[in-house]
Order: sequence, then C-alpha cells, then structure tokens
Amino acid sequence: MEYIYLTIVLSPLIASVIAGLFGKQVGRAGAHTVTILGVSIACVLSMYVLWDQLANGAAVYNETVYQWMSVGGINLEVGFLVDRLTALMMAVVTFVSLMVHIYTIGYMHDDPGYQRFFSYISLFTFSMLMLVMANNFLQLFFGWEAVGVVSYLLIGFWYTRPTAIVANLKAFLVNRVGDFGFLLGIAAILMYTGSLDYFEVFQRVDRLWTAQIDIAGVGAVSALTLACICLFIGAMGKSAQVPLHVWLPDSMEGPTPISALIHAATMVTAGIFMVARMSPLFEWSEAALTFVLVIGATTALFTGFMGLVQNDIKRVVAYSTLSQLGYMTVALGVSAYAGGIFHLMTHAFFKALLFLAAGSVIIALHHEQDMRKMGGLKKHMPVTYWTSLAGSLALIGFPGTAGFFSKDALIEAVGHSTIAGSGYAYFCVMVGVFVTALYTFRMFFLVFHGKERIDEDARHHLHESPWVVTLPLVMLAIPSIIIGWPTIGPLLFGDFFGGAIFVLPAHNVLGEPGADFHGPMAFFLHGLTSPVVYIALFGVVCAWYLYLQNPLLPKAIRDRFGFIYRLLVNKYYFDDFNEQILVRGSRLLGQGLWRGGDLAIIDGVIVNGTANSIGRIAGFMRHLQSGYLYHYAFSMVIGMVVLVGWFIW
Amino acid sequence: MFELFIFFGYAAILIGAALGVIVARNPVHSVMFLVLTFFTSAILWLLLEAEFLAMTLVLVYVGAVLVLFLFVVMMLDIDTTSMRSHFMRYVPLGVLVAIIAIAQVWSVVWLRNQGFSSLVRPPPAPADYSNTRALGEVLYTEHVYAFELAAFILLLAIVAAIVLTMRRRPGIKVQDISAQVGVKSTDRVRIVKMKAETA
Amino acid sequence: MLTLTHFLMLSGALFSIAIAGIFINRKNMILLLMCIELQLLAVNFNFIAFSHFLGNTDGQIFVFFILTVAAAEAAIGLAILVVLFRTRASIDVEDMDSLKG
Repeated sequence: MEYIYLTIVLSPLIASVIAGLFGKQVGRAGAHTVTILGVSIACVLSMYVLWDQLANGAAVYNETVYQWMSVGGINLEVGFLVDRLTALMMAVVTFVSLMVHIYTIGYMHDDPGYQRFFSYISLFTFSMLMLVMANNFLQLFFGWEAVGVVSYLLIGFWYTRPTAIVANLKAFLVNRVGDFGFLLGIAAILMYTGSLDYFEVFQRVDRLWTAQIDIAGVGAVSALTLACICLFIGAMGKSAQVPLHVWLPDSMEGPTPISALIHAATMVTAGIFMVARMSPLFEWSEAALTFVLVIGATTALFTGFMGLVQNDIKRVVAYSTLSQLGYMTVALGVSAYAGGIFHLMTHAFFKALLFLAAGSVIIALHHEQDMRKMGGLKKHMPVTYWTSLAGSLALIGFPGTAGFFSKDALIEAVGHSTIAGSGYAYFCVMVGVFVTALYTFRMFFLVFHGKERIDEDARHHLHESPWVVTLPLVMLAIPSIIIGWPTIGPLLFGDFFGGAIFVLPAHNVLGEPGADFHGPMAFFLHGLTSPVVYIALFGVVCAWYLYLQNPLLPKAIRDRFGFIYRLLVNKYYFDDFNEQILVRGSRLLGQGLWRGGDLAIIDGVIVNGTANSIGRIAGFMRHLQSGYLYHYAFSMVIGMVVLVGWFIW
Repeated sequence: MFELFIFFGYAAILIGAALGVIVARNPVHSVMFLVLTFFTSAILWLLLEAEFLAMTLVLVYVGAVLVLFLFVVMMLDIDTTSMRSHFMRYVPLGVLVAIIAIAQVWSVVWLRNQGFSSLVRPPPAPADYSNTRALGEVLYTEHVYAFELAAFILLLAIVAAIVLTMRRRPGIKVQDISAQVGVKSTDRVRIVKMKAETA
Repeated sequence: MLTLTHFLMLSGALFSIAIAGIFINRKNMILLLMCIELQLLAVNFNFIAFSHFLGNTDGQIFVFFILTVAAAEAAIGLAILVVLFRTRASIDVEDMDSLKG
C-alpha cells in the first residue's frame, strides 16, 4: 500500500518537473501528455484507495515515510495518514485536477506559456495531495505553503499584466496573514503537547485543554481555544473567510482553469479539510466553534450580496465560491463536520463545472468576460448551456441535485445546533439561499437567455467549444446531479468517516436528522416540505422577472438604493481599508525604520560614528607624538615617578 | 665622628656641584662641575671602602668619558647666548618633579624605616685587605661571562662610534690595498689579435 | 653614626637633582647626557653603599659593569650628537622635531 500512496503523490510531481524543466524539449504535446498521464495515474489510484477504504474496509494507514530529523525530542517526518476522509479528498482533488488538465488543452491552446501552465497545475496537485495525506502538522504546513506558492504562480501566470501581478501579490500576502495565525496555532500545539504528529496530539488534548494562557485585556484563555482559533485563522486565509476574503475575487486574474481547480475545488477547501481533520481538537472548545460559526455565517451572507452586482462572469462565480465556503465553515462551526465535507465534495464538482463553463463561454466569445456583452448563447453553445444549467441547479440546491442534499442537510444541522451564534448562523444561511439563487440565475439568464448583446466580430466566430473543453464539462455535470443520492447516507448519517471525525454527543447535530433518516428518497421528499427549496425557487423567479421580463427594473432598483449598490460594488470598502490603513501603514513604518533605524542609528551612529570617533581620538593622540625629545623624556620621568609613587603608597 | 664630618662635608660639596651642573650657563662650566661631582663621589666611595672603584671612577670616568664630553663641547662651539632664553619656563615643573622624586625616596628610606638605620657600619677591614683582589676573585670566577660580555660591549661601542661618524669625502685619493692585490691580469692587459700589415 | 640611610638619601638627592636637570635644561643636548651620567652616579652610590653595609662584593661588581656600559653609552651618544650637529648645525632640542606625528 505504501507504494501506491507514494505513486499517487510522486507521479504528478515528476510530471510537473518534466513539463517544467524540459518543456522546450518535450514540446507542447509532450508536456500535456506527461502531466495528464501523471495525474491520471494519481486519479485512478486514488479511486482505488477510496474503493479500498469503502468496500474492503481497509484499516487506517498512518505511517512515516521518511524521517527528516529529530530535534530536541520532536520528530520532523514525512508521513501519510490515509483514512476515509483523506481518501475522499484525494479522489476529489485528483478527479477535478484531471478534468482541468484535459480542459486546459483546449483553453490554453494558443498561449505561449503552455508547458509552464501544465507544470504548475501538476505541481499544485502534488502539493494538495501532500496536504491532505499528511499525518503531522509539519507536512500539513508544507502542503499549505506549497499550494499558496503555486496559487501565487498561477494567478500571476500572465505576468506581463499589471493587474495579474497585483492580484497574485495580494493573494500571497493575505494568505501570509492567515499562515501567520496558522503557525501560531501549530506552535501552541507543539508547545503544550510536545509533538507534531496528529494522533499523538489528539491523545494529548487534555494538556491543551487544561493549560491557561493569559491574554492582556481578555483574561485567561484555554490554550486549546487559542490554538484552535489560530488554526482557524489559517483556514480563514486559505478558504477566504471574511476579512481575509479579499484575495479571491482578484484571483480571477488567472486563467479560468485554475480558477476552477484552485479557487473552487481544492485549495480553498484546504481550510475546511483542516478543520474537519482537527475535529478532535475543535470539539473541546465551544468558543472556537462559535468563532468559526460566526465568521462562516458572515461570509456566507455578505459575500453573496456582493455577487449580485458583479458584471464579470468569473467574479460572480468567485463570490459564489466565497459564499459556499461560508456555508461549509458554518457546517464546521455547528460540529457537522461530515456535512461540511459532504458539501465540499459536491461543491467541488458543480463549482468547477461552473468555472469551466464560464471559461468555455469566454473563449467562445474571444476572451470577453463582461456579462453585459453576452446573452442568448443558448442556441449557439448547447453543451455548455445544458451543463451550466446542471451546475446552476446544483448550486441553488434544486431538489434531486447533489447540491440539494448537501445544502439541505447542512441547513438542518444548523437548525438543530444550540451553541452560541447558531441563531445568527441560521438566519444567514436561510437568507443566503435566496441570494444564491438570485445571483446564480441572474448570471444564467444574462449569459444564455435574453437579447443578444454580443460584439459583432465575436459574433462571427461564435460556436460551441471543442471536445477537449466540453468533455470535462459533461464529466463534471454528471456527478453534480447524481452523486448526492448514493453518498448522503453513508457520509452524513452512517459511519463513513469512522474515527476520522470526532463529534461530542452534545454537539451531535447530525444525529437527530440521522435518526430520522430513511434513505435518500425519504430525505428528498422531506426536503420538498422544508422552506429552503421554496426560498430558492422564489430566488429563481425573481431573477427571471428582473432580468428577462423587466430588464429596466434592476437599473431602477440600483438608482433607488444607490448607497447599498455603491457599498456592494466597493466590496464593503475592505480593499480600501486594507490599502489605506494596512498597506500605507506598513509602508510608513518601513520608511520610518529605514530612516530612523538604518540611516540614523546604524549608519550614522554605529558605522560612521565609530569611524569618526576613532578619527577624533587619533587626532587627539597625535599630539602625544610631538617629535620633541624633551617631551618624551618628560613623559618617561613623570611616568616613573608616578609608578614609584603608586608602589610606595 | 670624623667620618660624619667627612661625609657631610663632601656630601655638601657633591650636592653643590650637581646643582652647578644644571644651573651653569656655560656648557664648559657644566662639564667642570661634573668633574668635581665625580671627584667628590670618589672620595665618598673611599669612605665606603670601595677603593678600586673609586680609582676607576677617577681614571676611566673622569679621565676618559668627561674629557670626551669636554672635547665635544668645545668642538661643537655652541652659541651660549641664545641658550638660556626659555630657562625659567620649566623651572617650577622641574623643581616640583624633583621634590616629588626625592620625597618618594626619603619616604621609603627614612620614614618607613626598613631597618636601614639599624645597619651600622661593619668594622673596618684589616690592613692587608685588598679591595682589588677581592673584586678580582669574584669577577673572574663567578662573573666571568658578564666580564667577557662587557668587553664585547666596549668593542661594540668603538665600532659604532667610528661607523656613525665616519665620512667619506668625495675626491680623496686613497689607496684601496685589497683591490690592488686582488687585480687580475685580464683587468689590466687586453690581448688583441691583428693581422700583420703587408706593405 | 653613619648609617645606610644617609647614603641612600644622598643618592636619592643626587638622582632627583639629575631629574630636575633634565626638566630645566631645554636647549642643550649635551647637558641632557650629563644629567644621565649623574643619574648613573646616583645609582652607583646606592650599589656601593649596600655592598658595604651588607658585606657583599656583588654590589661592587655591578658597579663595575655599570661603569663599563655607561662609558660605552656616553661614547656612542656623543658620536650621534656630533653627526647630528654636522647635519643640522645645531644642538638645540627644539629644532629636532622631525619625528612629529
């Protein structure tokens, strides 16, 4: 088994190295062949591992592959922990990655950096696999940072564009802020439990729970709460929760395939995965869970609002991603970890689908991304149309789709929760359903229905995208629709995750619905009676009315509520705040330190100062060498007298 | 009693002469005062039964070294009038340092009496005591190494003095004997082969 | 009673007179050398006095060598002085400041 895991991890890496370093030699075809081969191997083997875990009930694999060093009693090693949670993540990551690889052949067809792109996305696959298969915090952090770096490289893929460079720097810096919190969390865990290995830490949770840390102004806080909150700050950076969400919309500067891969399906879910993996830690701290819950709920609702006013098709999907990540975080906050992971899985499929479909539309219209210049594409791009419809329905939670199962289960779980903040969260997720439906179908209707507002020259070349683009769309649409049926039972209410996820009985919000669960069909029928579906349908009807029946109404609403509109378009002024206060502040601090510290103190006082003082002392001492014989005689005599005087004193 | 009288008398002359050395305007006078100092100290050394050294002092020191001093003073023909212009400037400091020095010596010797005053003069030596002999007995046995080195130092002094002051004046016709002796025939005669001239 | 103390104080006085001489004399290099000779004389006094009072001839041996070295040093010092006078035509101490730093 060990070799299988190693192959899964290493084959994308080797493919990436070949495509990256030998890109010129292997050529375009060689680059995409070798990377697709690498990721396919990883995908097939991951499916095998998943089947092995599910069907054969294989034991949890937790072994060290390589011990890097042992320092002061702490072992730093590379190891794999493969249980059901990991297997599920591996399958999702490799499958979506494979779809994106195939899609890229068509999308980046005439891009000069073709081989580089394939190298990067394979490298990303490797990093993400290392992250999910880690069995200790060090490797987790390695994978964490590595996906951050590759995300940086990919967002700024078209590095000659200034907006792309700004965006990738922003992504990296915001991630950095999150990673700082993450490191503090890991440090706290290391300090109190003395180990970085997951299982050892989980066994020594009581040490974290009993230790108290004094924070000025807040009082004594349990080390566990602090560590969990710090870890979650890392997740906030990676999974783009408010206020560290600002990088995700700007990351749309990168090519669409990576928006699908990284910022929909995999990297942003790393934070969710991490919290689920750390459930034995989070469960013991209600304060941390409340924190997670409130942040997630805020993200879910408020980023959804921002999606309503976007004109760029990719931005709409980006804000949608932010909102859905908020939903997953809410699930984690109410201790429905399985629900969060389930939604993660279904979301990966339909969100990647929506991104790739957006990409298909973009290349069909020759890289036009503004929705106001689209419309009526239904008859020109049928495959894209039907797959987009499938994805959109899944996103809003239309009964029967995968999204329906995951969202409904999630919202029910929130309803059953009793921890602090759950009321607020319930309100947010319910309103969020309406908002989600509204912006999703706003986008759908503006792009595929209604009057054609396309530019003339783009109109001439308009046709359905090639099969390398549409095949992944179809292959992602299928699970978006059907995967909910077979998986909801075991994942949410069964024992799928086994010991991977730990839930305290008091927090067992999935237990109650679980008790009533009689299979997916029953759940489906039950869902039809809950208000969620009707709120979503109401959202669709509103979108239909506003954008198809009465197109002048949105403008009227915008004029009427100008203040709210401006607030949303300026993204609640988060970016301005960051730029004016944080960025400017850091720059001023840097300048001040440069002038005061570097120039004045180090250069002036220490370096130049010592030189000057030596010069001055030397100038003074010079007078002792007068050249006069008598001065020398004097000094000898006086010196002797003084010496004798000192001895006889 | 008699000793004390001699001692204090000659000590007074000694101090007077020493002061004369440093105060005299004419450098020749200074040398003369120095000669007086040495003579007086020779007498005091006789009082201490160091006859040989007293004689050495007079013969070598006064007779050779101070004559040398006098010789140099007279040869250099110093302009005495410009000498004394800044005399008074350093007198206070000099006197102060001298007083401090002597105070230090006296504080050790007299005030913190290390038992020096309990040391009385030993009985005078017998009539056939020869200081020279006594010195020789020690000098050529225990200290013979130092004796040889002292001789070497004197040689060194001779050589150094000559080397320092020797001048080579250009244009002197002096014979270099070693060069004359080391001449080879090829330096003087060169044989040239020439064809005989035919008429 | 003539004790060691008398002789020691005498030699001390001689020594400090010589020191005063070094300080006072500013113009004449030869006077400097003469003051050095005075100092050596004072030291010799000390040795002879101790040698006599402690009944040890080693002191006198030492004086012997001091005399030797003093003679040598006086000779070389005067030679240097003569050469200096040749080059500078002056033995004024204030003119000898070419070693100025």
